[in-house]
Amino acid sequence: MLELQNIYKTFEDRQVLSDVNLSVPKGATHALIGSSGSGKTTLLRITLGLIPFDKGYVKINGQALLSFTPVEWADRIGYVPQDGGLFPHISARNNVALIASLRGWRKSRIENRVEELRKVVDLDPEILTRFPREMSGGQKQRVAIMRAAMMDPAVMLLDEPMAALDPLIRRSLQQELKSIFQRLGKTVLLVTHDLGEAVYLAEEITLLHEGRIVQAGTYRDLLLRPAVPFVSQFINAQRTLPDAAEIR
Amino acid sequence: MKRLPVIAMALATLWSCTAFAANTIVIGGKIFTESYVLGEMAAQTIESTSQVPVTRKLGMGSTGILFEALITGAIDVYPDYTGTLAEAILKRPDLKSLDDIRQALAGLGLTMSDSLGFNDTYALAVKEEFAEKHGLHSIGDLIPIESAITAAFSYEFMDRKDGYAGLIDNYHLNFNPQKISRMEHTLSFQAIDQNAVNLIDVYSTDAKIKKLHLRVLKDDHNYFPVYQAVWVARQSFVDNHPREWQALRGLEGKISAEAMLDMNAQADIQKVSFKTIAAQFLGSAVPASEGWWHEVLRRTKEHLWLVGVSLLFSVLVGIPLGVAAVRYHAAGQAILLSSAVIQTVPSLALLCFLIPLFGVGTKPALAALCLYSLLPVVLNTFTGIRAVNPIHLENARAFGLKPRQVLFKVVLPLASPTLLAGIKTATIVSIGTATLAALVGAGGYGAPIVSGLALNDLPTILTGAIPAALMALVAHGVFELLGLMLIPAGLRRRS
Repeated sequence: MLELQNIYKTFEDRQVLSDVNLSVPKGATHALIGSSGSGKTTLLRITLGLIPFDKGYVKINGQALLSFTPVEWADRIGYVPQDGGLFPHISARNNVALIASLRGWRKSRIENRVEELRKVVDLDPEILTRFPREMSGGQKQRVAIMRAAMMDPAVMLLDEPMAALDPLIRRSLQQELKSIFQRLGKTVLLVTHDLGEAVYLAEEITLLHEGRIVQAGTYRDLLLRPAVPFVSQFINAQRTLPDAAEIR
Repeated sequence: MKRLPVIAMALATLWSCTAFAANTIVIGGKIFTESYVLGEMAAQTIESTSQVPVTRKLGMGSTGILFEALITGAIDVYPDYTGTLAEAILKRPDLKSLDDIRQALAGLGLTMSDSLGFNDTYALAVKEEFAEKHGLHSIGDLIPIESAITAAFSYEFMDRKDGYAGLIDNYHLNFNPQKISRMEHTLSFQAIDQNAVNLIDVYSTDAKIKKLHLRVLKDDHNYFPVYQAVWVARQSFVDNHPREWQALRGLEGKISAEAMLDMNAQADIQKVSFKTIAAQFLGSAVPASEGWWHEVLRRTKEHLWLVGVSLLFSVLVGIPLGVAAVRYHAAGQAILLSSAVIQTVPSLALLCFLIPLFGVGTKPALAALCLYSLLPVVLNTFTGIRAVNPIHLENARAFGLKPRQVLFKVVLPLASPTLLAGIKTATIVSIGTATLAALVGAGGYGAPIVSGLALNDLPTILTGAIPAALMALVAHGVFELLGLMLIPAGLRRRS
């Protein structure tokens, strides 16, 4: 279970996050959505323990971020950066194995875990020998998920998982991701600006605007019972294609 | 990391190759024919009377270098001239007699022999045709054509009080300063031969006077000081090797000006080796010559040592400095600026600055090369690291990598192509610059180049120049291989 409680953050006298609360129950997939400048990237970096915050708590299974060392925290929260963020100089396999080997895992243990995860994400074994520049966007995304899951973290955090993919691949990978999340059984937080992605992958959505939570709930809640007019504006702005009725 | 022991072993091997036996007598010499011949004579004289091995460091450099080498013990004895000692070294032009000079030298822990028998003074020379045309016999005859004279004078002649400045003062000559150029002695002979100039300074026993049909102008005013050839030695050498010193003094008064001019001519014109000329004069057997391959091998070791040490320094110091320059902004700018400033100091000037600090020989050369190879490594480390996408650094932190792990697992591997290119630049620059090390007596491929230039002997020049070029090519190849070994495969271009 991932909890963000009463998070405040200022940057050079500018309030970027105010009283942010967010809770993802164990095994659930939750989307944090907001346009650029909403503060979602700051919240993501706070959750990863990369930057300090002024007030509040970040907790995994009831234990606060500040009670852990950076390494201990990193092993509790598996991070999938935008575009996968694979290190370009090493192979897919070494990207997946890097953290475990730095933590002193034995070779056989690493191999077993890599193989286990490869099956979960359904990746061709040959892909693991490739370098990131030789892989497709979908392959990179799967390898990045393997890397994030390597230390068996309680929480997975994905940053714009689909942003760089072309629309047709997006659709098939979305289905793929959904079943991967189910198979992994992790608590998942997606950070995205894309409503479609959030709706498709997550059970619940939190909408962030100008550093504050505007509304949290299911898509249905947001659509039918918007807390403020901005929620409807945000939803409508993302429906870029005209309806059949609108075309003469 | 696994490669470190290999590098250490290679360096240890190099070290043992270049370290030389402690108990040898080291003979020095300047970069001109006569000094080579006299130095070779000294070496053979000692070899024929003593079991102590002799090391020849002939063609080390000019007066200042030789004298510094003598003071610091890099050499034990070398041939020089009384006028040079009084004027250029002791700065006491008033000292005329041998005893006065010897007494002044004693204050520096040095001593000298009596005259070897000839006076090799400065003189002015013109081509025979030119002398005929203008009726030139003595220096005074230049006055009527003084404004038309174009002259090339050696650096030493121009800078010494008893050289150019005193000369025009003494003879009331009014040369056109725009027509007076400074150049290396060897080049000034070429210049007069090709009629680019019509007056040069010469040493009175120089063989090229004969070869190029030059006329030496008489010094009516007896302006030029006396330059008696002598052995100059450290007192401690004389005390420790009295027998060898006596043998050297056995040559006092034995070499006439004609004999010296003749020997110089044999070397310069007939290209007889210094060893043979010296042996003929001493009536001894010609010592076995080192052989071309041996010389190249020895020079290669010396050169590799210079390049290897400076490279190791630039890697061990330059990479951390480059990393620090990225991390600490203000310090970084200071580091980059100062290594860039060092780079703009001409190599010869830098070598000269370093002589007071390190003496002569390998040390100042190594110091200069270390400083020169620093900039490419620091700069490329800096740019290489700065070019690493900051997203990878943040991701690495998010994955729980510690700062050291971020540096060694992410930053340095990603920067490695640029970094290696910097080390490669440093190596190739250092192979080239190391040839200048010969000017401070550090040996290497520069030694044959410098003496070949001084003696106008192309094959000798090539003995140094060709291997130096080959070494640069080999270095290029080695770095291609190193690139394959050290640059992570994911960053290499697909072949």
